[in-house]
Amino acid sequence: MSQFFTLSVIVSVVASGIRLATPYLLASLGETIGQRSGVLNLGVDGTMVLAAFAAYYTALKLDNLWLAVFVAFLVGLLIGVIYALITVSLHAAQGISGIGIFLFGLGFSDLLFQVWVGTPLPIPSKLPPLGIPGLSSIPQLGDALFRHNLMTYGAFLLVPVVIFLLQKTTFGMNVRAVGENPQAADSLGVSVERTRVVAILLGSSAAGLAGAALVLQGGIFQANLTNGLGFIAVAIVYFGAWRPLGAMAGSLLYGVVNAIVLQLKAQGTIPRSASDLAAMAPAVITILALVFLAGRVKAPAALTKPFTRH
Amino acid sequence: MRKLLGASIPILAALVAFLFGALMLIALGASPWEGLRALGSGAFGSSDRIVATLIKATPLILVGAGISIAFRTSVVNIGGEGQIVAGALLSTMVALAIPDLPRVLLIPIVLVAGLVGGAIAGAIPGALKAYASVNEILSTIMLNIIILQFMNFLLRGPLIDPLEVEAGTRIPQTERLSDNAALPALPGSRLHLGVAIAILAAVAAWLMLWRTPLGFRLRAVGHSPAAARSAGIKVERHVTYALAISGSLSGLAGAILVFGSESQRMVTDGSTAGFTGSAGFNGIVTALFGGLHPLWTIPSAILFGGLLTGATNLQRVLQVPAALAVALNGIVVVFVVSSNRVRARLDALMESRDEMNSSDRSAEPDKMSEPEPDTFFEEVKPA
Repeated sequence: MSQFFTLSVIVSVVASGIRLATPYLLASLGETIGQRSGVLNLGVDGTMVLAAFAAYYTALKLDNLWLAVFVAFLVGLLIGVIYALITVSLHAAQGISGIGIFLFGLGFSDLLFQVWVGTPLPIPSKLPPLGIPGLSSIPQLGDALFRHNLMTYGAFLLVPVVIFLLQKTTFGMNVRAVGENPQAADSLGVSVERTRVVAILLGSSAAGLAGAALVLQGGIFQANLTNGLGFIAVAIVYFGAWRPLGAMAGSLLYGVVNAIVLQLKAQGTIPRSASDLAAMAPAVITILALVFLAGRVKAPAALTKPFTRH
Repeated sequence: MRKLLGASIPILAALVAFLFGALMLIALGASPWEGLRALGSGAFGSSDRIVATLIKATPLILVGAGISIAFRTSVVNIGGEGQIVAGALLSTMVALAIPDLPRVLLIPIVLVAGLVGGAIAGAIPGALKAYASVNEILSTIMLNIIILQFMNFLLRGPLIDPLEVEAGTRIPQTERLSDNAALPALPGSRLHLGVAIAILAAVAAWLMLWRTPLGFRLRAVGHSPAAARSAGIKVERHVTYALAISGSLSGLAGAILVFGSESQRMVTDGSTAGFTGSAGFNGIVTALFGGLHPLWTIPSAILFGGLLTGATNLQRVLQVPAALAVALNGIVVVFVVSSNRVRARLDALMESRDEMNSSDRSAEPDKMSEPEPDTFFEEVKPA
């Protein structure tokens, strides 16, 4: 264990923890917006895996990473349209319809992968790390914090953007209003449906970007690539008490623990089986946090409730 | 007429899913007609295929019946995957501990161990919901992750086959478990006792829900927690029971997956789906398609089991990946929950959930006097 705590190992664990937090952060920021408007989307994982495939296929065939990101965004947006139709227009129960989206994304991405690609090939180039001039040359700190790819920077820059969006803009006020008291918002002339649809679209396209970040950082696609990551992103929203900063903290927790587990596996200082136990930690912490937060933090009052005008 | 409409929703959903499947087949350059034939013959074409379908349907029946019980109590159980694995792990450990017990004793013991393992995995999120107000959707998902990692830990560490360590291959699997725990099969066939057990369990779940005081109390909690509370029912305890019972049926499915398998051991590929075949999620589809009624989950599970075995034939004959079945399952879910009748039921479910979570614990008498939301399938009788 002693060799784990060298400075260079810590720097690399922090650096990869931040990188691994990126998909969690993008997905949970998007889901935060959706849930603040009163809509739970359990389909994040399916959206992510389908968008990840779209990004992977684009990158594989055209070797254009930004086009790949854009295609993943579009896939997220499209699934968002479907989800908005189901839950806002048709008033379907949100928890279960999310499971439908999840199964669809899981199966459909696997199907397309097998038909169009078959054998897993790595994409020609992954997202390159980009040193921030000046900052990246700070010893240790520079390597840990300022040598990341643009999607990682973008995800973390989105945190203040989402805070501003929710707290300072009319749209954000509407989102919070329809999530807390849709009847009152409606009587004040806020369109509950339209606000929720936009919130769902933002959330779902963020899930698409999260899928792109996952596959363009890793460089390869396989069936069930996300392996539950999208579900964790939903839990992070609760963990983060429906606040963007909380989502960031939760995402970093998962990213860093994943990085530690990977590091332990690579070093081989502890048996492989023990690193499986370490991988349980974030889920255990999440449950404990939920127990602690229950009763202390209020969920958006209208979460999971379809709106009908009385 | 209303009942006919209610019954037609799953059929409509299935038709839409098939239509979508046909479109996908056309897009993939295969004839939808041949696809349907390959699917049908793969699922029900010979006695061997029918047996394969029934074996695939077995965990779906159990998980689906369990999920029906949870949903009827207004509890959403997304932890089927973890509960299956928990049951499988506990029954595996029991079989490793007492391998030499005679068959008549060991088989019931490992099955009960499966029930207990799943019940524990279900009772935890149940109690967390009832006594600590932790959303069960989240806790069941988190528990899926925890149990998955625990399985990987056990099968790579303490429970690994000593032969794998000796050979240095270290495939994460247990040794071959005692033959005394193997579920008996019909001679010359793979059809094992687990299929009958699953059907009996679904019937028992139905009897429990509609013919026992416990079932009445569970449904009362599901209908209106506030009213149930004012009638003297301990709501918290029954929420815990519902998830524990639901989990126990999934756990039984896990034990049957181990002791009905040909390899007669537990293996992990690092995911829960590798062991469960995603039965924990597909069981939700089965339950919804069966109208959240334990008896109707039996034909529903056979249909979805057939879709899964048929899809492997589709892959062999037309080179269309079997993942098509998973995508179609998702579409079925979306359509079933979007359609009116089930919507009404799930709305009622969500409404009573909110009541349960609200701090206002006073009774709402008008809730009780409301007519039953709708009876979907529960009393389909000839007119």
